[in-house]
Amino acid sequence: MINWPLPRWPGSYPLALITALVGLMPVGVLIGLASEEAQLFDAHNLKVLINTLLLMVFTVLGSVLIGVPLALLTAYVQMPWRKLWLVLLAAPLAIPSYIGAFTLYAAFGRGGEIENLLGLPVPPMDGLVGATVVMTLYSYPFVMLTTRASLLSLDASLVNAARTLGMTLSESIWRVVLPRVATGIAAGGLLVALYTLSDFGTPAIMRLDTFTRVIFVEYNAFGLSQAAMLSLQLMVIVGLVLFLESRVRGNHERPGRHLALWPNRWQKLIIAVAVAPVTILAIVLPLSVFGIWLLREGTGGFQFSHAWNSVHASFLAALVAVVLAIPVAHAAIAGRAGRLMERVTYFGFGVPGIVMGTALVYLGLQLPFLYQTLGLLVLAYVLRFLPLAVGSVRATAEGLDPSLVKAARLLGASPGEAFRRVTLPLTLRGMVAGAALVFLEAMRELPATLMLGPTGFETLATYLWRVYEAGYFGRAAIPGLLLVLMSALGLALMLSGERRAEFDVTENHHS
Amino acid sequence: MLKVSNLSVRYGATPVVKNLNLALAEDEVLMLVGPTGCGKTTILQALAGLIPISAGEIELDRWRSTPDSAVPPEKRNVGMVFQDFALFPHLTVEQNVCFRLGNTEPADHWLKLLGLDSFRHAKPGRLSGGQKQRVALARTLAHEPAFILLDEPLSNLDAALKDSLRWEIREALKAAGIPAIWVTHDQEEALSVGDRVGILNGGVLEQLDTPERCFSEPASRFVARFLGEASFLPGELQQSRVTTALGPAPGIPINGAAGEVDLLLRPDDLSLAPSTTGNGVIDWVRYEGSSRLYAVRIAGGAQLRVRTSHEVQVGRGDRVQMAITTTHPLAAFPREA
Repeated sequence: MINWPLPRWPGSYPLALITALVGLMPVGVLIGLASEEAQLFDAHNLKVLINTLLLMVFTVLGSVLIGVPLALLTAYVQMPWRKLWLVLLAAPLAIPSYIGAFTLYAAFGRGGEIENLLGLPVPPMDGLVGATVVMTLYSYPFVMLTTRASLLSLDASLVNAARTLGMTLSESIWRVVLPRVATGIAAGGLLVALYTLSDFGTPAIMRLDTFTRVIFVEYNAFGLSQAAMLSLQLMVIVGLVLFLESRVRGNHERPGRHLALWPNRWQKLIIAVAVAPVTILAIVLPLSVFGIWLLREGTGGFQFSHAWNSVHASFLAALVAVVLAIPVAHAAIAGRAGRLMERVTYFGFGVPGIVMGTALVYLGLQLPFLYQTLGLLVLAYVLRFLPLAVGSVRATAEGLDPSLVKAARLLGASPGEAFRRVTLPLTLRGMVAGAALVFLEAMRELPATLMLGPTGFETLATYLWRVYEAGYFGRAAIPGLLLVLMSALGLALMLSGERRAEFDVTENHHS
Repeated sequence: MLKVSNLSVRYGATPVVKNLNLALAEDEVLMLVGPTGCGKTTILQALAGLIPISAGEIELDRWRSTPDSAVPPEKRNVGMVFQDFALFPHLTVEQNVCFRLGNTEPADHWLKLLGLDSFRHAKPGRLSGGQKQRVALARTLAHEPAFILLDEPLSNLDAALKDSLRWEIREALKAAGIPAIWVTHDQEEALSVGDRVGILNGGVLEQLDTPERCFSEPASRFVARFLGEASFLPGELQQSRVTTALGPAPGIPINGAAGEVDLLLRPDDLSLAPSTTGNGVIDWVRYEGSSRLYAVRIAGGAQLRVRTSHEVQVGRGDRVQMAITTTHPLAAFPREA
């Protein structure tokens, strides 16, 4: 399709181009900074690299081992309360992993909450094993959701054909179903890899020297150049994973009737027992630990201003992100060059928070009017989470029937009037959803907030971190529970979006 | 009055519409018909100003659009009824129809006339396909355009609904006194609803005439085949009479045909009777309910299609006597090499 009567160089391009260039700025800053005086590579560096890669590989493996069976379960098996199962199993995605790391660290080991409560000695949860367990518990939903989406796009008749040809159910799932969702599994696995590479809280709490933890140590030791060099090395790995991700092509099959498996009573029980540990460790345990702390130590030390600061900064970030997302999304739809600009803004999502923090701290040192301001923190949030807003705005704009704008024009409306009266009202929902996603992500963001927050500016996330550093674990109850509550809201939003998408698909089937 | 001169449209290097000329009379319904990819929808989009034209010009009383100075769609005073209706999903039926109107008076008129009064405050998502198309038509008519373009308005609807709605649309257009260009791929729709019919083939307008003339005196074999079942019988044309294997018949030369010709025969121009000494043999037969369609191989090798009452029952391979029964002149095409 050609895009006439849009002008050849759409009006959204300049704004989108500026946004894209600002998005690339952090890497430029890091290269400049690292070239100052940093050590390129040393023995300690090698250990950090190995730790990072091991954590990534083990987490991806663990996520695939848990996520793929759960995807089969939630997509095909007709369990009672299917929707609830899906919500519970997807929920860990919405909980910041540092909350899981913090509570699991406090619950396990000598003198941990489990031993205090039950008197049972349990092994400690730390190091590579601990970090892998926590990262797997909080990132397997990526694999589960992408695989489930692929499974739901498959036509059941192929499995039915395989079974009428004499294959058992498990054999046909292994040989007919799974090969066709390999790209879905790979896409989920790569998301897990990215998430693991950029996570700061978990390795920091589990005392595992990965890039993110060591960068933060260097930053605190005023080794900003060394932090920049490590950041660049981390970015190379991130870049490789992003490259692999761009190679993964979705396979589009003609959608058909979903496969439905009806388990008997015993099978249902076995499934429930097998799934329970995941939910207990990822959701029940953190909530219980916070609950115990709340009962034991009350609300001491918590100030309402922490919550207000979180809301304030996140709200500003959400607002700015959506305003910038509109031209970027428009450019992405308008043409090939705009699509490239959109891809560049996606880059920020791959930049780990700790790396973004390092780059912007240096930028702040160079530009004193920005240093230690709320504006710099908001900029970090916007650069990191802009793609959430762009994706949301673009999805609704793309769903817009192009003949609606044509119809408005033919009824006599100018391009501006057509945008105001047709395009804008029909894409408003996407803008609100995008703003909400940015808001919730910014609320939970830890490393960049630690590095860029103005002095004395404590948010829920940074307060939780100070409490951990100081060892007053009990005081984490209120901020922890508030963050979990926020995450629950985010999950509800995501799932309502999924339900809308499903609804749209069924509507198309009927027309 | 809309006038299109030498209009050409290309997508990149591919010409899609070539050298189109037409003029739309007051309150005329002009049907554009052709196979998929013949450029009919492209013509509508070009007339509406939704795609650029590469040559020629389009003019109405108050504007003139050329490749170098295109008039934007909202300045053309054109109405368009879309295949997928294009109703604004966030507005009610009434708000859709009144999209750019100061008052609801013209909307009231068309909503009543098209039987939409009770859906006024419903959102389009709750309407059936037929109701949506009526709303789209009401919206277009209420804005009082100088001419209306209909892009396959019935193709997304059930067969039963198509028949009644095509007449409803024609009545509404005539009541409004607005000329219209109506694109379809359904030749039956084109022949029954149009004041004139234009047949497109590969971006070229092959014929533009009344439905009767297009059907009985097609400008080309393509037009003849596209508008209905067509058989060709070899013969010799002399002074408007054609001598054929089935006897003589009145003929009209097409494209200067003379001497050796192929005579166009529609299935209802022929008769068939069982006869052991007949001049043809049945190749196949299709039962159609109230009628039967036979393909008959006659001496000389030509295969003719003839439609009979369902009561005439002959089997495959049986011998039959064929005759030309029509009295009106038949189109005679120059013999193909």
